Amino acid sequence: MEKTTAIEMMGISKSFGPIQANKDVYLDVSQGEVHAILGENGAGKSTLMNMLSGIYTPDSGMIRLYGEPVRFSSPKDAIRRGIGMIYQHFNLVDVMTATENILIGQPVGFMLRTKSLSHKIRELSDRYGLDIDPDKCVCDMSVGEKQTLEILKVLYRGARILIMDEPTAVLTPQEIKKLFRIIRNMKQQGCAVVIITHKLNEVMEISDRVTVLRKGSSIGTVNTMDVDIPNLIEMMVGKKVDLQITKKSIDADRRQVLLEMDEVTVLDSEGKKALSEVSFELRKYEILGVAGVANSGQKELCESIAGLIRPDKGRIFFEGDNLVGKTPRDIIQLGIRMGFIPEDRLGMGLVGSMDIVSNIILKDYQNQPGLLIQKEECTEKAKKIVRELDIQTPSIYTSVQQLSGGNIQKVLLGREIDSSPKVLITAYAVRGLDIGASYKIYDMLNEQKEKGVGVLFVGEDLDVLMDLCDRILVLCHGEVTGIVDPSGVTKEEIGLLMTGRRKEVEVNAQ
Amino acid sequence: MQSFLATCIVAGTPLLFAIIGEIITERSGSLNLGVEGMMLLGAIAGFATAMSTQNPYAALLGAGLAGAGGALIYAILTVTLRANQTVTGLTLTIFGTGVASFVGQPMLGSTVPAEVSVFFAKRAAGVLADIPYVGQILFRQDLFVYFGYIICIFSAVYLYRTRLGLNLVAVGENTAAADASGINVNLYKYTHILIGGALCGLGGAYLSIVRIPIWQVDVVAGRGWIAVALVIFASWNPLKAFFAAMLFGGLSILGLRLQAMGFSFSQYLVDMIPYLATILIVILSTRKSGKGNLGPANMSRPYFREDR
Amino acid sequence: MIALRVTKRDVMPRKKEYAVRVLAVVLSIVFAGVIMLFFGLDPFEIFKSLVVGSVGTQMRIKQTLIKAIPLCIASLGISVAFRMKFWNIGAEGQITLGAAAATFVALNLGQTTPKPVMLLVMAMAAIVAGGLWAFIPAIFKAKLGTNETIFTLMLNYIAIKFVMYLQYGPWIDPAAQGFPKIAMFSENAILPNVFGLHIGWIIALVLVIVVHVFISKTKKGYEISVVGQSVETARYAGMNISNIIITAMLLSGGMCGLVGMIQASAIEKSLVYSIANNYGFTAIITAWLARLNSAAILLVCIVFAMLIQGGAYIQIAMNVPSSVSSIVQGTILFFVLGSEFFLQYKIGRVPQLQKEVA
Repeated sequence: MEKTTAIEMMGISKSFGPIQANKDVYLDVSQGEVHAILGENGAGKSTLMNMLSGIYTPDSGMIRLYGEPVRFSSPKDAIRRGIGMIYQHFNLVDVMTATENILIGQPVGFMLRTKSLSHKIRELSDRYGLDIDPDKCVCDMSVGEKQTLEILKVLYRGARILIMDEPTAVLTPQEIKKLFRIIRNMKQQGCAVVIITHKLNEVMEISDRVTVLRKGSSIGTVNTMDVDIPNLIEMMVGKKVDLQITKKSIDADRRQVLLEMDEVTVLDSEGKKALSEVSFELRKYEILGVAGVANSGQKELCESIAGLIRPDKGRIFFEGDNLVGKTPRDIIQLGIRMGFIPEDRLGMGLVGSMDIVSNIILKDYQNQPGLLIQKEECTEKAKKIVRELDIQTPSIYTSVQQLSGGNIQKVLLGREIDSSPKVLITAYAVRGLDIGASYKIYDMLNEQKEKGVGVLFVGEDLDVLMDLCDRILVLCHGEVTGIVDPSGVTKEEIGLLMTGRRKEVEVNAQ
Repeated sequence: MQSFLATCIVAGTPLLFAIIGEIITERSGSLNLGVEGMMLLGAIAGFATAMSTQNPYAALLGAGLAGAGGALIYAILTVTLRANQTVTGLTLTIFGTGVASFVGQPMLGSTVPAEVSVFFAKRAAGVLADIPYVGQILFRQDLFVYFGYIICIFSAVYLYRTRLGLNLVAVGENTAAADASGINVNLYKYTHILIGGALCGLGGAYLSIVRIPIWQVDVVAGRGWIAVALVIFASWNPLKAFFAAMLFGGLSILGLRLQAMGFSFSQYLVDMIPYLATILIVILSTRKSGKGNLGPANMSRPYFREDR
Repeated sequence: MIALRVTKRDVMPRKKEYAVRVLAVVLSIVFAGVIMLFFGLDPFEIFKSLVVGSVGTQMRIKQTLIKAIPLCIASLGISVAFRMKFWNIGAEGQITLGAAAATFVALNLGQTTPKPVMLLVMAMAAIVAGGLWAFIPAIFKAKLGTNETIFTLMLNYIAIKFVMYLQYGPWIDPAAQGFPKIAMFSENAILPNVFGLHIGWIIALVLVIVVHVFISKTKKGYEISVVGQSVETARYAGMNISNIIITAMLLSGGMCGLVGMIQASAIEKSLVYSIANNYGFTAIITAWLARLNSAAILLVCIVFAMLIQGGAYIQIAMNVPSSVSSIVQGTILFFVLGSEFFLQYKIGRVPQLQKEVA
C-alpha cells in the first residue's frame, strides 16, 4: 500500500522562559504507521505533541498535515483537522457519563437528546472493538475503561491521527495487551498512531518506527526492526551506559524482622476497604517491592505505616511495638526512625514554596528544644546533602519547586536518609525522573539496604521491581494477592496477581 | 398561613435571583464573593434609573447592567489576570458598597416614582391564581416575582438539558478537559460570570424598587452573603435554590410575624436567626461528603493552558 | 489580527517587583481621579484635601493615628490567620465582642479598682472574647473542614446584632432617659495618654515586632506557615493541624478583641454597636496589600488611616460623601490585584512562521 505522509513537523522549536523544550525537531509519520517518540523525562516529547494537538504554538518551524501547512491556535483547530490526543492524565469529567463526556464541546443541537446519541456511540465502539457502556458514570470506571473512553472520544470527533502520551503507564499487563490490540486495529483502518513513551520494550513490541528525542532535539529516526534496546538507550542518553541494577542477597540470619503488618484494614471515606487484612513482614537488609495497579491501596499502605492514616483494624509492629494509634509526631518523639518518601513530592513531602533549609527543618524542628527555631544545624545539613547527592540548585535558599524533578527527589531522599532510618518507605521514587537519575536512586536504595535498612519500594515498572527487589508484594483492591520471589515468577504472573487472581503457592525468599 | 407563605416568596425573591446568579458563576469555576456588592450596584442603578426615567423596563435593564458591570471587573481580574478570587470578590463588595452609597447620597429617603411602583404591584396570574391553596401563594405576586420563577426554571433546563449547559458544567468540573474538547473556556467563564452578576443586580433592584421602595444605605443588609452560603445549601441546583430562598425569606420575616402573634423577643435577637441558620447550613453542608457537595471541582482555580 | 501569547515568567528581581506594585498604586490613583471627574468632582482638590485633612494640622495627625492604631493591630491579627490561608473575615465581629467584654468588666468591676488592674482585666476579657469568637469557626474548620469565609462573616452580623440588643436592652443606661446608649466608662477604665496619644500606639508598635518575631522565628510560627503553604506536608511532618489552626485563630481573634477594648476604652469611652467601624474589613485589605508582612502592615495602615481621616474631612469640609474613600480603597486594591499578573507572566507576540524549507 502506498503510504501517504500524514504528519510532517520540520524545524520545530519551542521555549518556556529560559528553558528550551524543543530545538529544531524533525518528525514524519505515515498513514497506517505506528510511530514511537522515545526519550527520557524532560526530553521534550510531550511539548512536541502538544504543538501537534494545538495546545502550544511553535516558536519557529512548520507543521504539515497530509502535505498542507497548518497552524493551530487552539485545540479546536487540531481536532477539526482530525488529530486526537490522548493524555496521560485523562480529560474526563468524573461526574458525567461516558456519553456526556463524548458530547462536551460537540456541535450537537441546542437541546441534548442523549438517548439517540448513545446509540451512535455504541455503534462506534462496536466497530473498533472498544468495550464501553455509554451510560456508565466515569466515576465508576476503571483506569483501562477511562482510557478506552478517551480513545472513543477522539474517534467520535473523526480523528485519523491518534497521539497517545505514555498510554501504558497506568495499565496492567493484560490491559496493555488489550490496548495494543486496539492500536493494531487503528493501524489497519489507516490511522496514523503516535505513541510517546519511555518504555523501551513497548517500543520494540508495537512500533514500526522510532524517533528519539534528547534534551529537546531529535537525534534520529529509525525502523524498529533495525535496532535493539541498547541502541535505543544509547540514542536516548547520548553515550553507552551500563544500566544495571546489582542485587545482592544477604544471609537469612541477619535479616531480622523490622516491621510487621498484621491483618491491617483501612476503610476509605465511603466505608469501602482500601486495605483489607493486609499482613506481611519487612526485614532488615532487604528491599520489598509493592506492585499493583494504581489505587490498589499503596497510598493507604504507606500512610498507615507512617502514622498518617489510622487503620480500622489490625496492628503494625515496629521492632515489637504496635504503631497503630500513634501519630507521626508520636513516632518521631518515640525515636522510631522511619523515612517516608511519598508519591506527592511537592504536595506532601516538601513545601514547594520554601527553600531547602526550611524543608529540612520540617523533619527536625520537633526535636529542637525551646520555642525558637534553630536554623544553623539545618543549614549545615542542607549544604551536606546538596554536596553528597550532587543536587543542582542555585543555592540552598532557592525554593524547591524551582528545581527539576530529579533534584526535588534528591532533596527528599537526602533528608529522609540523613536521619538514618531503620525503615525507608518510598512511593514511586523514580516517577518523572530521567534514566540517569533513576539509576542513581536505585543505587542509593541498594546502599541503604546494605546498611541494614528495610526498604519498602512501591513502584509501577515491573521490570525495575523484578531487578531491584528481593521480594515483591502484590496488591489488588486492597488485598495482598501474593508475595513472590522475582526470580521465580514471570511478569505475566505478577500481572495476574495485580488483577486479582491469587497465587496458589506463595513463594517467599529465604 | 397562606399569606405568610406568600410573603415568604416576596422576602425570598431577592435571594433567589442572587443564589441563581451565583450558581451560574460558580458552575463556571469562579467563586465570586462580590454578591453583596453587585446587589448593591444593581439596587442603586435600578433605583436611580427608575427615578430619572420612571420606566420600569429601563430600571430593570439598568440594574442588570450595573450588576454585570461589577462582575466584569471581577471577571477581568480573575479570568484574564488570574488574581486571587477570594480577595477580588471581597474588594468588589467593598467597592460596590462605596459606589452605591456615593451615588445614592442625593437620593436618600426618596421613594420610587409611582409609575414604577404601579408596574410592580401584585397581579393575579390569570387562571393559575385560582388553583386552590397554591394559587394564593405563588400566583398573586408582582411581575418581578414571576420573572424570578421563569429565571429559575430556565436556568434548570439550561444546566441540565442543553448543550451549552453541559459545556458549562464541564468547564467548572474539569477545565482542562473542557479546553481539550475545544470549548472556549474563557468565553464561557466571562459570559456566565456576567450573567451571574446581572442576576445579582436584579436581586438588589427588587429590594430597592419593590420591597423597600425608599432608598437607604442598608438596603441589601447582608443578603448577598447569605446567598453565597445558600448556593451550597442548594447543591448548585436552581430548583433547590427556590426552596432555599423561600425558606430564608421566611426566616427573615419570622421575627415580625412572631411579634405580631404576641411573642415578645428583642427584635435584634430575632434578626440573628437568618445568620445563625446560614452558619448551620454551612456546617451541615460540609459534613455531607461525596460528590456534588464541594461544588464544581475546578472552582476557585484560575486556568492556564500552558500549566498542563 | 495580532496574536498574543502569554507565558510564565521566571522569578522577577525584587526591585522590579516593587516598581510594578508602586506603578499599580499610582495608576489606581489616577483612575480614581478619572472616576471623580466623571461624577463632577475635581480630583486634584479632593486628593489635596485628603492629604490636608489627614496630616495638615497636629490635631488631624492625631486623628489619623487614632485610626491607624486599630487598623494596624487588627491587620496584624488578620495576617496571622491569612498566613495559614484561613480567611478570617470575622475581624469586625471579634472587635465588637472584644469591646463588649471589656465594657462588661468596665461597668461591673467598680470605680475604686486601681486603673492598671482595671485596664488589664478589661484587656484580658477582650482578648478572650475575641479569641473565642474566632475559635468557633476555627474548631469547625479543624474538625469538620467547614468553610470559614461565610462562617466568620455571619458571626460578624451576629456579634453586631448582639451588641445592638445589649445597647437597646439590658445594658441601656438608666441615666440616659430612654435614649439608647450604654453608660460611659468611669475614669479608671479609660486608657491613658502617652505623648498626647492614647497608649494604643505603643501596643501597636510592640505587636508589630512581636508578630514578626513570632512568625519568622518561632516553631509555632513556622508551623502556621507550613500549614498555610501545604496542609498535606504539615500532616506528613507530624504537625498537629487542629492545634495549629486553633492556636492561630485564638491569636488572630484575640488581637482583634484587643482592638475592641482599645476603641471602647480610649475612643468611645463606652460601647456602641458600631464600635468596630468597618476597621475589621479595611484591615483585611491592608493586611493583604502588605503581603502579610508586619512592617509593611504598619506603613499601609497609616496610609489607609490617612484615606479614612481624609474622607471624613472632605465630607464636612467639601460636602462630599465619605464613601469616596471606600471607592478609592477598592480601586487601589483592584489595580494591585491586577498587577500581580504582570509579575508572574509576560505577554509576547506570536512570531511569524518561518518560510518553508526547500
